[in-house]
Amino acid sequence: MKKIVLSAVIGAMPFVANAQDKAPSVEEMWQLIQAQQAEISKLKQQLNTTSVKVESLDVKVEATAEAVDSGAAFADNSLAAWAQKTSLGGYAEHHFNHFEDGDDQIDAHRYVLYIAHQFSDDIRFFSEFELEHGVTGEGEPGEVELEQAYIQWDFHKNHSVQFGQFLIPVGIINETHEPDTFYGTERNRVESEVLPATWWETGIQLIGEVAPGLTYNAAIHSGLEVPVDGGSAFRIRSGRQKSAEANAEDLAFTGRLKYTGVPGLEVATSFQYQQEITQGAAADDAGAFLTTAHVAYQSEGFGFRALWAGWDIDGDDFEDADADSLEGWYIEPSYKINSKLGFFVRYSEWDRGNRTDRDFEAYDYGLNYWLYPTVVLKADYTDSVGEGDEADAFNLGVGWSF
Amino acid sequence: MSVEEFHQKAFPGQELKWQTLWVGKELRAEIEKIMHRKFPNLRIRYWGEGAKTAWMFEEIGKELPITVGVVVNAGAIEQVQIMEYRESRGGEVRYPFFTSQFSDVRLEQKKSKWQLDKHIDGITGATLSVRALKKVTTLALYCHQHTEFAQLASE
Repeated sequence: MKKIVLSAVIGAMPFVANAQDKAPSVEEMWQLIQAQQAEISKLKQQLNTTSVKVESLDVKVEATAEAVDSGAAFADNSLAAWAQKTSLGGYAEHHFNHFEDGDDQIDAHRYVLYIAHQFSDDIRFFSEFELEHGVTGEGEPGEVELEQAYIQWDFHKNHSVQFGQFLIPVGIINETHEPDTFYGTERNRVESEVLPATWWETGIQLIGEVAPGLTYNAAIHSGLEVPVDGGSAFRIRSGRQKSAEANAEDLAFTGRLKYTGVPGLEVATSFQYQQEITQGAAADDAGAFLTTAHVAYQSEGFGFRALWAGWDIDGDDFEDADADSLEGWYIEPSYKINSKLGFFVRYSEWDRGNRTDRDFEAYDYGLNYWLYPTVVLKADYTDSVGEGDEADAFNLGVGWSF
Repeated sequence: MSVEEFHQKAFPGQELKWQTLWVGKELRAEIEKIMHRKFPNLRIRYWGEGAKTAWMFEEIGKELPITVGVVVNAGAIEQVQIMEYRESRGGEVRYPFFTSQFSDVRLEQKKSKWQLDKHIDGITGATLSVRALKKVTTLALYCHQHTEFAQLASE
């Protein structure tokens, strides 16, 4: 190539010499070409070096981004790693109740914190810690409660086991009760009185899926200790021991089947058997069966919930008190006109074991306004219409979860 | 589902190199509006070919992160895969009867807010997981818009 260029240059020289007296000589041209060639070689070398540097820089940028994104760039890597495996959440709700037949009330009803930690891909811990009614102590209305604290081990694909204190798999709101997930300032009375939500026990629970959308729960756990005397005698809700040095003479067994194979639909039924629901306080064995069934459906703005629950309790004590069969049910249609505003109405009937002389019936109706998907304002009216006509109230609430 | 399995579901028979979407100030601000939280990552890695991109994100529903793979083709969702579900309740979101609702869903902007252009029916008891999935799919559609592969599709 060099020779071709040189020949061409030399060939052109006579014309150039004629045209310009001071034109460079062949020797000068040769030196000039050699100098240019050296410059080209140098530039090529610099280009190669720059290319290597750019590739190296790419690797460094990628490594830096990787380190920053993974948290490895933090000074204390162990803290960052722990933080990545630990989550904090919670919910809270404040209520105002204007009672028709009683003093109005403002209540810091619930303030709850969740803490969860992932030990490994298949072992994790979850807990829920709750302060109810603001202040605890002697003569104060509040309670500090450990509502959940369990280890979950995913021992097989789609099957897990929980050890510890967990929510009993019954009803709709017992397991999911963040205030932004249900209508009404107060939780519905059927699930509060009959199930009785919020209901937790300590034991072992198997959870799994047998088909897409079809799940099971099977648990053995501490049971209720329903009193047989006093003002709360035979009231199911008063039998919750809350895993606080709980009498465990008679354990309970709970099972549930739940189908959620259609978006928006949940159908479930639960059963529980407890050999002695008074933990030996009754004169004879008070074996108890609980059966529940519910359906919940949500599509576009339309929502519908319906639940039935009933206890069948053996023994003369409960029969004599007319508390051997305790039931409750409700239906709740609702409509959300946009992502923020929804209306509901609920009709409920329920029994109370300590007040079997009365029928409890109520209409609740009102609205939820979601300021944010997990922040809700509530306004509703409870109209008690049964013989146990009490607690008619206008209710206001604010609740949130995070 | 492993990362490689998701790659094969998104681009069967192809071996693609990672692409990088660098998260600048403006992009970060929009992402944080979509996710309703801080987004500290410097970059988002994804695969792209033709008018299609595939993304993987992690988002907490209630307690623990759900790993979600989203494939976007010509501005619409082609697939949603729940690669890892760690929450104790709400695992039904893993199944096609739920994830198929996202097929062909696109991004729309209402009152300067990015959202899906179709209603997604939830699952009772899994409200927070469903909410997490809606955020992640919105994010994937939004990020897709900022890649060369979205521009290829519009040419």
